[in-house]
Amino acid sequence: MKGYFRYFGGKVVWIIITFIFAFLLNFMLPRLMPGDPVAVITQRVTTGMQSQSGIQAVYEEYQELFGTNKPMLTQFFLYVKNLLHGDFGTSFSQYPRPVSDILRSSIWWTVMLQLPAIIVGWVIGNVLGVLAAYLRGGYDKVAMPVSIFASSLPAFGMAIILLVIFAVGLDWFPTSGGYDVAMIPSLSWAFIWSVFIHYQLPFWSIVLIIIGGQAIGMRSMAIYELNSDYVKYSRFMGIRDRRIILYVFRNAMLPQITGLALAIGTIVGGALVAEIIFSYPGLGTTILSAIRSQDYPLISATTLIITLMVLITTFTIEVLYGFIDPRIKAAQSD
Amino acid sequence: MKHTLRQVFGSPRFVVGFVIFAFIVLLVIIYPIFVRSEPLGIIGQGTFFPPGIYVNAYDTVGSEPYTLKLDNAAAKRLASRLSDQQRLDKKDWLVAAGIPENEIDPANTEKLLEQWESNYDPAVIVPGMINARRNYFVRLNASLGGILATEAAIIAEMNAETNTLEETGSVDQTDYVNINDVPNKRLLPLGTDNFGRDVLTELVSAIGTSLLIGIVAGLIATTIGLTLGLIAGYIGGFADDIVMFFTNMFTVIPTFVLLILISYSIGQEQRGAVTIAVVIGFTSWVWTTRAVRAQVISLRNRDHVNLSKLSGHSTGRIILLSILPYIASYVVMALILQISSAILAEAGLSILGLGPKTTDVPTLGLMMNWAMIYQAQVLGYWWAYLPVIITIALVSFSLNLMNTGLDQVFNPALRE
Repeated sequence: MKGYFRYFGGKVVWIIITFIFAFLLNFMLPRLMPGDPVAVITQRVTTGMQSQSGIQAVYEEYQELFGTNKPMLTQFFLYVKNLLHGDFGTSFSQYPRPVSDILRSSIWWTVMLQLPAIIVGWVIGNVLGVLAAYLRGGYDKVAMPVSIFASSLPAFGMAIILLVIFAVGLDWFPTSGGYDVAMIPSLSWAFIWSVFIHYQLPFWSIVLIIIGGQAIGMRSMAIYELNSDYVKYSRFMGIRDRRIILYVFRNAMLPQITGLALAIGTIVGGALVAEIIFSYPGLGTTILSAIRSQDYPLISATTLIITLMVLITTFTIEVLYGFIDPRIKAAQSD
Repeated sequence: MKHTLRQVFGSPRFVVGFVIFAFIVLLVIIYPIFVRSEPLGIIGQGTFFPPGIYVNAYDTVGSEPYTLKLDNAAAKRLASRLSDQQRLDKKDWLVAAGIPENEIDPANTEKLLEQWESNYDPAVIVPGMINARRNYFVRLNASLGGILATEAAIIAEMNAETNTLEETGSVDQTDYVNINDVPNKRLLPLGTDNFGRDVLTELVSAIGTSLLIGIVAGLIATTIGLTLGLIAGYIGGFADDIVMFFTNMFTVIPTFVLLILISYSIGQEQRGAVTIAVVIGFTSWVWTTRAVRAQVISLRNRDHVNLSKLSGHSTGRIILLSILPYIASYVVMALILQISSAILAEAGLSILGLGPKTTDVPTLGLMMNWAMIYQAQVLGYWWAYLPVIITIALVSFSLNLMNTGLDQVFNPALRE
């Protein structure tokens, strides 16, 4: 047990260091870049204003508001202090709504959409991958190119195709939103049904993309395993194929879990853009509207939250991996 | 080298991917030779003209008419004017007048008209039909008569002195114009986009730009990844620790977030296609670094490398002659994947409105972005987004196929 604590302890320390680094990047990047965000905002607010001193006053007002006129270090501590109080600042585009309030309403949509989609896509993809490796022949010949093609499509491309076929063409599902706009969120059956119906297309577009990528990876892994000595030995022993496949699946699954931990950032990024296609009320749509309206505090807070979510997911997968991988278990029991 | 090439081109996956990719590249090179119009030139006044051949209507009036007697010309003309509702109304009347319902097909214009002509009589009083409805059918019948009339359409000109219309010519219903006689026509195979730009010309130019973005970003990422991977793998020790510290960190921090932050900070005006490519390149070297490092570590203590070291060769020479040839296939595969993911990254960024600025060059992502802003997917203007998605998928599909083909050639465990 002590060994486990060392393993997880190491992971926790690592994740904290990474978060601090990501946090610094999130703070520094926009400030290091040649453009001046305050100037951009001022320009937007003062369009049509004639007096030069007026524009100057607005500029200084905003500088004061965001503290960009203070030294970098002071700004940083101010930022950290506010964040620790859960204060992400005030949104420009939805003034005077606080950024934390906007995020609180959109974050759950994203989590509830992406987490199940990634899990379902991962499971289906891996099962298909093992089947392709085991059956080879015709199934493989069809499944492989289809998987490669599916994983070549960007998530938004898949989203648009599903949208056009099932929402516009067949009219089975709504085209946009997280629930019927005419409804007030409540715990009634009608509302839950509406959420469920709106959930389907974004969900499946993410799932389909993940299936393709995972199936390709799992197929290669499973082919390695199928050529290994223990499989040949088991066959000589006369163990049933179904049983062997189970072992192959378990062994080939381990690298796939690590692969998922490494790819989670890319998957989330793609899925956020897919959200936009359906105007799903999650973080993707939030960041789009923030970018369109040059809402600087909202962009910065959203990217920070996305980073944090990805880090937590990666950490969770690594913890799970620690429990599943027998080698780590063996190393810890020594 | 020759042998390797033959091996590579022996893999069916690689060949299919290569052919698709070569076709796309050839299209980008050859198309502008034949169609010399500005890719961003706005030709249409209005949004989303459907695909087709556009013939100047003014010119057709002036052209020499040919008389062709074609049987079903009147029916076709009617079919294009008769709305679905009018067809259904006719069916209603015919059913009410006692024609069996299964004999009436509203989609078959000729038969419907025949039945209508032979059965319809304004004097008949259909039981249960209100007067207004009956009058409607009288009007419908009269308007059909107007379309079916065989008189010519008259062309008139305004006389400036008398302010009256003077007949200058007429167009018979049997008049045809040879399309070769019409001086002004334009083929728009994919219609126009929301700005009224020719989608096909724009698309071909966009593929070029997107490929450029992919290649620039891929080369940057591969160069950085290769260098860092060689440093970490071959030199090892402290250098390895430092490189791996940052590599591990950037693996977990989502690239997407970095791209958003950097592109946003650069600002709309400074964002050109190459700038975006450089940004993507600088944020996606992580995978190559990891892969190259792992390969180099496994090569570092091989006999031929040790022999080279004992012979007193310089580090640069050892890397160039004893390490690089062994990881070359790996690096090429990594480059191919980098190119494909960079094209996707640009598209994702552009949809967020953080791509290259619109007025400069078209890219696949920007075309997507504008189609989305104008809701082309909901309004059914498929030509504005579908070709773009298909192209993105095909480019990335062909690159991925080439990659798996190479993988099969260079990775013995995966051979059939």
